[in-house]
Amino acid sequence: MKPGRTFAAIISIALVAGLMAGCGGTTPNGSQSETGKITVVGSTSVGPYMDELSKLFMGKNPGISINVEQVGSGQGIAATKDGSADIGMSSRELKDEEKPLNEYKLCLDGIAIVVHPDNPVSNLTKEQVKKIYLGEITNWKDVGGNDAPINLYTREASSGTRGAFEELVLGKDAAGKQITIDETICAAVLNSTGNLGASVGNDKNAIGYMSLGIVPEYIVKAIKFNGVDATPENVKNKTYALQRPFLLLTKNEPTGIVKDFLDFCLSSDEAKAYLESQKLIIE
Amino acid sequence: MKQGTARWRMNDKVIRSLLFVCAAISVVAVLLITVMIFVEAFPALKETGVWDFIAGTKWKPTDTPPQFGILPMIVGSVYVTGLALLFGLPIGMATSIFMAEIAPPKVAVVLRRAIEILAGIPSVVYGFFGLMMVVPIVQTLGGTGMSVLTASIILAVMILPTIVSVSEAALRAVPAEYKEGSLALGASHWQTIVRVQVPAAKSGILAATVLGIGRAVGETMAVILVAGNIPVIPESILKAVRTMTVNIVLEMGYVQPGSLHYSALFATGAVLFVFIMLLNFSIRALTKTRGEKQKNAKKH
Amino acid sequence: MQRSTRKKAVQGVAFSFLWIGAIITIVVLLVIVGYILYQGVPGLSWEFLTQSPKAGGKEGGILPMLVNTIFLVIASLAIAIPVGVLSAVFLAEYAKQGRIVRLIRSAAENLAGIPSIIFGLFGFIFFGKILGLGWSLLNGALTAAIVVLPTIMRTSEEALLAVPQSYREGSLSLGATRWQTVTRVVLPAASPGILAGLMLSMGRIVGETAALIFTLGSADRIAQSLMDSARPLSVHLYILAHEGISTPKAFSTATVLIILVLILNLTAAFLVSRANKNRKTKG
Repeated sequence: MKPGRTFAAIISIALVAGLMAGCGGTTPNGSQSETGKITVVGSTSVGPYMDELSKLFMGKNPGISINVEQVGSGQGIAATKDGSADIGMSSRELKDEEKPLNEYKLCLDGIAIVVHPDNPVSNLTKEQVKKIYLGEITNWKDVGGNDAPINLYTREASSGTRGAFEELVLGKDAAGKQITIDETICAAVLNSTGNLGASVGNDKNAIGYMSLGIVPEYIVKAIKFNGVDATPENVKNKTYALQRPFLLLTKNEPTGIVKDFLDFCLSSDEAKAYLESQKLIIE
Repeated sequence: MKQGTARWRMNDKVIRSLLFVCAAISVVAVLLITVMIFVEAFPALKETGVWDFIAGTKWKPTDTPPQFGILPMIVGSVYVTGLALLFGLPIGMATSIFMAEIAPPKVAVVLRRAIEILAGIPSVVYGFFGLMMVVPIVQTLGGTGMSVLTASIILAVMILPTIVSVSEAALRAVPAEYKEGSLALGASHWQTIVRVQVPAAKSGILAATVLGIGRAVGETMAVILVAGNIPVIPESILKAVRTMTVNIVLEMGYVQPGSLHYSALFATGAVLFVFIMLLNFSIRALTKTRGEKQKNAKKH
Repeated sequence: MQRSTRKKAVQGVAFSFLWIGAIITIVVLLVIVGYILYQGVPGLSWEFLTQSPKAGGKEGGILPMLVNTIFLVIASLAIAIPVGVLSAVFLAEYAKQGRIVRLIRSAAENLAGIPSIIFGLFGFIFFGKILGLGWSLLNGALTAAIVVLPTIMRTSEEALLAVPQSYREGSLSLGATRWQTVTRVVLPAASPGILAGLMLSMGRIVGETAALIFTLGSADRIAQSLMDSARPLSVHLYILAHEGISTPKAFSTATVLIILVLILNLTAAFLVSRANKNRKTKG
């Protein structure tokens, strides 16, 4: 064989072997050792915060490795149930068929209704938002705005933010079933908060919903809901009704390093300070 | 001497078997993928019925009872791909004819490098470019900017390299005698191209088109960022659209293994798969004809 | 006389359309690459390339993603090269042309046409859930290996077939076994072509996104082991772009991606032309 190729082969095998050796560092969750791996899966709303918290935690516990996968609340719940995740993240309450799982409330987050900054409408009641998203109100002039069609923007079906929105605003129908957003009447289905924010910011007649903590202030405008400003303070004092919990989920009672990490996120001062700095509400 | 030869033969057999195993891995992979997709797709297809799945227009997986009709997505894929071809094929053909027939050699080299670079750009970069530059431009035409038109434009650029390189190779493979004969009979260069060379390269050009279609139909990342993703048959090219590939990615987050919704996603994948397999078969059939033609031509 | 002037006129018009087509192609390329480089190059800096992302990617750099991409390429090729090259050796040197060979070739062609999202689905379920690899470098590497296997098989086989028969005959007549002939004579002679195929595959892996999102995971740290989740550059760009986290960083990431792939493809082209030159002189 040509020497170059042998050399390349050796390097690759060495690197692969080196990586595999790292495998040996993982230990099952039940142990009390200071090394291990934790897999956290779920909501793209909760994910970025858990990412930071995991980095803070790993800074204090260098032997522990935490992977945060932001793939959506729905998949987070499913992964917790089938064991592929140690901790699940959800940005909405669990549905009946998804229980039982251990639920730990990390914090509260508000959902802001957002429109284009130039939109004269600055307040909508719950009834109005509901009718808009059900397609019963289709023109801005019917809610005090310009004579223009309302373009609905929504998150994708598995989004926890959307699930929470549907639960809080659309409610249940006469038969007791959860009413869901009809995607066919929407202008676009976006699969991330950022994309939704950017799209609303580009469309003068848009309306959308997103997590309060990350409303991009110069791109969209968060309007009042039922006359209440969308601020963290109003979420804390419960006057702003559109709020949902960020939940951390486990299948079984947490032990070992998973318990340590959960304790860190839920009760340490450092975690609380960080979350509050991000406009989230600790109860 | 005899012993040596016998050992040689045995080693040869061992090596051959090992190599065969390696080669068989690709067959195993294809089989595994095919089996997995159809097995996971089965529950949803059984529940909804294959015809209702393909022809149903309502995609409401979270309703009770859930409705799984992917016609809007099939139409979406076809619409977006068709339009992409409409844009990409003329430009691609013009470029490939240009490169094969009238470009000065240095210009042809530049073009070839350009095509290679275009071919290498990752699809997520194309999607990002589309989001940043094409969506605002299309928005000036009306609507939100995330539409059939936007996705088609991006896809047209993405399939351009495929169409150009395969067509150019096909044109170059046309025997020189065809061209010389035509010119000798008094035809102009252009007439020769149109009436002799392009028809002679027909199957290669068709292969290029089919390859381009395959690439467009299978594209996900570029489309998901710019197409709006509404599960409705679009009323115009300025309306949002959802392709089959995007349907899979968007709803993956909801996957609860074992649920009907999960199975419906695989069913979408299965339909996509069948689509692509049919395309692959047609490429194979077309290039076989081309290969035979080349063989015959070389014999001259 | 009139006929020939009309012929010339038609040709003139037609040729200008051809020129236009070619110019459009070049313009498209310049616009896309130019726009991205223009927006992205200002953000490129030594810090960008060597730091980790902070605040979810809004600040900091892309070092972990770069390293993860390199790990991914090495791990995928470590799987795909042996399987692919040896398969090509089988098809080109050992196999009897017949049904089995046609079956294998058509399997490879079918594999080549499968959309990446289907590979992603497959990897997610088969490697991720059934084999229990979850979101990990190993899962991503296996999936990416299947994606590039057809390319490596095809280019290696072509390179092997291009080696003149006289080489093999000469070696065999000197008493070498078939295996010795293959490894010491044919493969080295075919190596530029094989290497070109490898470079192309590297480019493909670097740019691959849909197949990796559900298999490689999105942890934005350097993978510590094969079982770690490891976000590569392409997925990072996707997350930055569609989460709207930071447009400037997204452009810079896209720039790095384009440059990487460019380098790989240019190297491949160079190797191919050198292989052709060698063949002509050795002829």
